[in-house]
Amino acid sequence: MAQAKAKAKPKSRAKAGAARHWTADIFDVLKRHNLKQVAYVPDTGQAPLIEACIRDNEIRAIPLTTEEEGIGVLAGAHLGGEEGALLLQSSGIGNCINMLGVPIECRMPLLMIVTMRGEWGEFNPWQLPMSQGTQAALEAVGVIVLRADSAERVGETVAAAAKMAFDAGRVVAVLIGQRVVGHKNWDR
Amino acid sequence: MANAKRITLDRRKVVARVLRDRGDALLITGLGAPSFDAMAAGDSLNNFYVWSGMGSAVPFGLGLACAQPGRRVLTVTGDGEMLMGLGSLATVAVQRPANFAVVVIDNQRYGETGGQLTHTEFGVDIPAMAKGAGFREVATVYTNAELEEAVPLILKGEGPVFVTVKVRPEPAKIVLPPRDGPMMRHRFRANLLGEG
Amino acid sequence: MAGRKAKAEELQRGAAVAAILKRRGDALVVTGIGNAVHDVAASGDVAENFYLSGIMGGAAMVGMGLALARPDRRVLVITGDGEMLAGIGSLATIGVEKVPNLAIVVIDNRAYAATGMQATHTARGVDLAGIAKASGFNHAVAVSDAAGLRAVVDDAYEKPGPYFAVLRVKSEGSPRVRVPADGTFTARRFRRALLGDEMNP
Ligand SMILES: Cc1ncc(C[n+]2csc(CCOP(=O)(O)OP(=O)(O)O)c2C)c(N)n1
Ligand SMILES: [Mg+2]
Repeated sequence: MAQAKAKAKPKSRAKAGAARHWTADIFDVLKRHNLKQVAYVPDTGQAPLIEACIRDNEIRAIPLTTEEEGIGVLAGAHLGGEEGALLLQSSGIGNCINMLGVPIECRMPLLMIVTMRGEWGEFNPWQLPMSQGTQAALEAVGVIVLRADSAERVGETVAAAAKMAFDAGRVVAVLIGQRVVGHKNWDR
Repeated sequence: MANAKRITLDRRKVVARVLRDRGDALLITGLGAPSFDAMAAGDSLNNFYVWSGMGSAVPFGLGLACAQPGRRVLTVTGDGEMLMGLGSLATVAVQRPANFAVVVIDNQRYGETGGQLTHTEFGVDIPAMAKGAGFREVATVYTNAELEEAVPLILKGEGPVFVTVKVRPEPAKIVLPPRDGPMMRHRFRANLLGEG
Repeated sequence: MAGRKAKAEELQRGAAVAAILKRRGDALVVTGIGNAVHDVAASGDVAENFYLSGIMGGAAMVGMGLALARPDRRVLVITGDGEMLAGIGSLATIGVEKVPNLAIVVIDNRAYAATGMQATHTARGVDLAGIAKASGFNHAVAVSDAAGLRAVVDDAYEKPGPYFAVLRVKSEGSPRVRVPADGTFTARRFRRALLGDEMNP
């Protein structure tokens, strides 16, 4: 879908001197695996990645009303011979748990890129319960969970997860720590 | 499609206008900017700001409206938050609370996460969905004149009432409401129920 | 309450689904959980059927992902009113994507037949076709008689999608038809038939 008005400007959060933002490393992995459908509910941390997917001509970026829809979309894509990824914030994991039964039972590949809210430096107490339970909830239903807690590790972690998802046919989530994403700016 | 009409309204002014004549109406706000809008219009013991649980603002208001049939109950939320809980429109319609109104501040964006376009930008018509679900009164507001017509509907019309107000996409300055849940729960109930 | 007293419905769900599937040609079919599985399987348990037997609210989205991946094939989602209600936001998501080869047929018995015939929201006036129309579907209809069904039998395959039809059927469940319960098996069988792919993960 063409989100014509989406801003092209990468987020300024990338450290000065570090030419590449960590989301660019994720994008490379998505392209390397020839992913065609990228479904998302936005998170601030992944905004540049979402924008890159919207701009890419080979990727269909699919906005969802709720995260669980993405599990279904990607199951259907796999049945039809395409692969994809789901981009979401950790709070959206709570919406996904039941639907994860589809790819797990059917042994379908699924790659979830999850940016954490509600941990490192979180100021909103309402975000804490879901974030503290995110990894446990995923593992409780049988999802393989990898974590990256520094920007330098994001690329290799997502690359490893993508191999496990698409080559070994498993449901894999990469949790990207809030330390990587940065604090939310509340003084806009 | 969705942009056939020009969008000129300012979200802060819209929410302030709706709340100006609220009287003792109870207010539930959806996470993010709609909560900031309500706070900017003035904190109140009759306000409860939901800081998480995207998609829960309408069911939250529904439960409150059913528990307090003698009071007007408003849910003010964003289009993104509303989209995540669309099924709740059907659930409200089944209960048909006459004292309940939902106001969606529709900037056609996920404002809090960087302004990504929502489904309403592509023509998804949430008021028409509310109509299909069975809301009694449904309106879409683009102008101040339409807003003036909608305010009595929101505050006094026989519910369930659903009003989408199309607002400009620029984010407004953040005005943080209280975020201590136990404190808010306590002050809201103490004020409403006189409980210690 | 609105819609409480529905007209006497003539449509019988098993026969209605059979009439639709008789014309399926090479269409791919996804079913939601509940009696829709039995309705579809009664016309033959073929490889091009995918039964979403365990999860409520996902059928429309599986259909959309499949339809986007295979624009050359018609994709039909056949599901119940309760299952559709559980994933109602997916109608908006389909409305944004404007998937031309996707059709959704909702078997509306106004009840959760699989769990004991409790009334669903459609028993109280919720209009699923109206919601689909509001979501941006190209066509959205509700039919409750033989003439209406005949139109759906053609339009579900021919109208440019996304296409949405509600079949208002007698308020009942369906005779049980056994289908493979193993999702790993049905998913691989489906992909082998569609993609000729023996070695997929
Ligand atoms: C389940 C879940 N998914 C995603 C988020 C991240 N999130 C927080 S606010 C928000 C956008 C809300 O948009 P909207 O309701 O339209 O309000 P606006 O800021 O545009 O007025 C999102 C996506 C979340 N908090 N919870
Ligand atoms: Mg918004």
